Amino acid sequence: MKKTKADPKGVLTGAHYLDGDYAIAEGGLAAGCRFFAGYPITPSTETAERFVERIPYVGGVFIQMEDELASITALIGAAWAGKKAMTVTSGPGFSLMMENLGLACMMEVPLVIANVQRGGPSTGLPTYVGQQDMMQAKWGSHGDYEIIALSPDSPQECFDLTVDAFNLSETYRVPVLLMTDECVGHMYEKVVIPPADEIEVVERKWYDGPKDEYLPYKPDEDLVPFMIKAGDGYRFHTTGLTHDERGYPVINAECQNVCVPHLVEKIRQNADKIIRFEEEETDGADVVVVSYGITSRVAIPAVQKAREVGIKVGTLRLITVWPFPEKRIKELAGKIKAFVVPEINYGQVVYEVERCAYGQAPAIHVPHCGGWVHDPEDIFKAIKGAVK
Amino acid sequence: MDIRFSGFGGQGIIKCGLITGKALSLFDGKNATLTQSIGPEARGSACSSQLVISSDRVLYPYIVAPEVLVCMSQESYERYEPDLRDGGLLLVDEDLVRNAKPRGKTKMYSIPATRIAEELGNKIVMNLVMLGFFTAITEVVSTGAMKKALPGLVPSRSLELNEEAFDRGYEFGREALAGSEKSEEALV
Repeated sequence: MKKTKADPKGVLTGAHYLDGDYAIAEGGLAAGCRFFAGYPITPSTETAERFVERIPYVGGVFIQMEDELASITALIGAAWAGKKAMTVTSGPGFSLMMENLGLACMMEVPLVIANVQRGGPSTGLPTYVGQQDMMQAKWGSHGDYEIIALSPDSPQECFDLTVDAFNLSETYRVPVLLMTDECVGHMYEKVVIPPADEIEVVERKWYDGPKDEYLPYKPDEDLVPFMIKAGDGYRFHTTGLTHDERGYPVINAECQNVCVPHLVEKIRQNADKIIRFEEEETDGADVVVVSYGITSRVAIPAVQKAREVGIKVGTLRLITVWPFPEKRIKELAGKIKAFVVPEINYGQVVYEVERCAYGQAPAIHVPHCGGWVHDPEDIFKAIKGAVK
Repeated sequence: MDIRFSGFGGQGIIKCGLITGKALSLFDGKNATLTQSIGPEARGSACSSQLVISSDRVLYPYIVAPEVLVCMSQESYERYEPDLRDGGLLLVDEDLVRNAKPRGKTKMYSIPATRIAEELGNKIVMNLVMLGFFTAITEVVSTGAMKKALPGLVPSRSLELNEEAFDRGYEFGREALAGSEKSEEALV
């Protein structure tokens, strides 16, 4: 893994008034993304539109695909050809991408998918907010694997975290999911894009050894194998089947026992380096509100109100949702009375909090089935109820 | 402060929010979060954009009872006026909203924005006339910031026309304010 500075061609340095969707496109371009394949879907289409508008000036490829299955598959091809690649979608398209998300994990392909979540299930609420795909992000494809998922709370963070998503993706050769939502995606706020030389980007770990010795799935010390560019003269094989270090299918339990743990462990063993969260006033707190994305902003007025009536409340905002900050939740659970977990779904991340609390503190869910954000009053009531 | 711009799709309602939000965020040192009501029925029916303005970070992104409501169609007036906060400001295009009247402590100011835009040669700039009027009446954003926000949000070939439309609306607003102060003095 080599860190460099962003290519100034893709960086629109300055202060802008952008919505989250546009900021995702700018983040991708700043991170060095030069390939985008997608299929339009509300409320994510603006990201694709922005990319299309900008790519002729930056240099790169945009393809409107026939559907989301084709979109993610094109990304896998582009990544093997050496490009940083991304797509954007929402619930129904995200569902269609699940099979080949697994393929990307199995092939260890770096790519970024932004999911601008809307209310589901099915076609649901195309133009309104939801946070209902959080567990799908973790478990949506079949088999055992690990992915990384980030959750921005503002257009500024849509930019920042898209850059981070590419960097993590390149570092660990894994798909990274930017789990935003319609509210943040369609919300305009000030977005500051730094000069290119202040944006750190990770360059893929290229193999430069003898051509006939390249092994696409031989883990390096950090567990991440080297990559090559298809077409550069290296012989390589890649497959969705269980494979050995050469990438050749080996259909037996022994190989499965090397291949699958590798996919999982390269993320789990690096979890401390990957996980990011923001904590406030958790020292001495009786209640900790765990939230992410737009809900973490909406929760603050509730937290402030609870403090005004004398309740000791802390907050933990997940920036990385997957892998989950299991250790920190466990530590906090031993010191507090309860977690309060508002999210725009009928119970997803709350179960992860509950699991990580190991029974030391309850995790109280504040549900919302989508279409709007929480009324802070409902979160306040849950906080109040938690200390009774 | 919460502001709603409303009218029908195609009038530049979202653009009103974008220009004001950009002006406040980039040039007036405020935090301004813009959300928009978008639906499959956007063009031709009620449409609105909402701004939440604060000197601190905006937390709750939506507006509940706005302090300022700008109405550029009858439908939007009927739909959104009941939500206007008591003591709030109501700004209407007087040719497009009939029978508009203040309620309780709300204050109403009206302008023939579309007609002024037509006089300028293109009714498409009626939203800029309204924005000039809005800037004069509400004083929540500076004229300098509004002018600076225009490039990139209006076509460069019609930048001057848009500026002119803004100025006309602004002057109309200043006069309306002076007029209403006089009538208040007369009452005293």
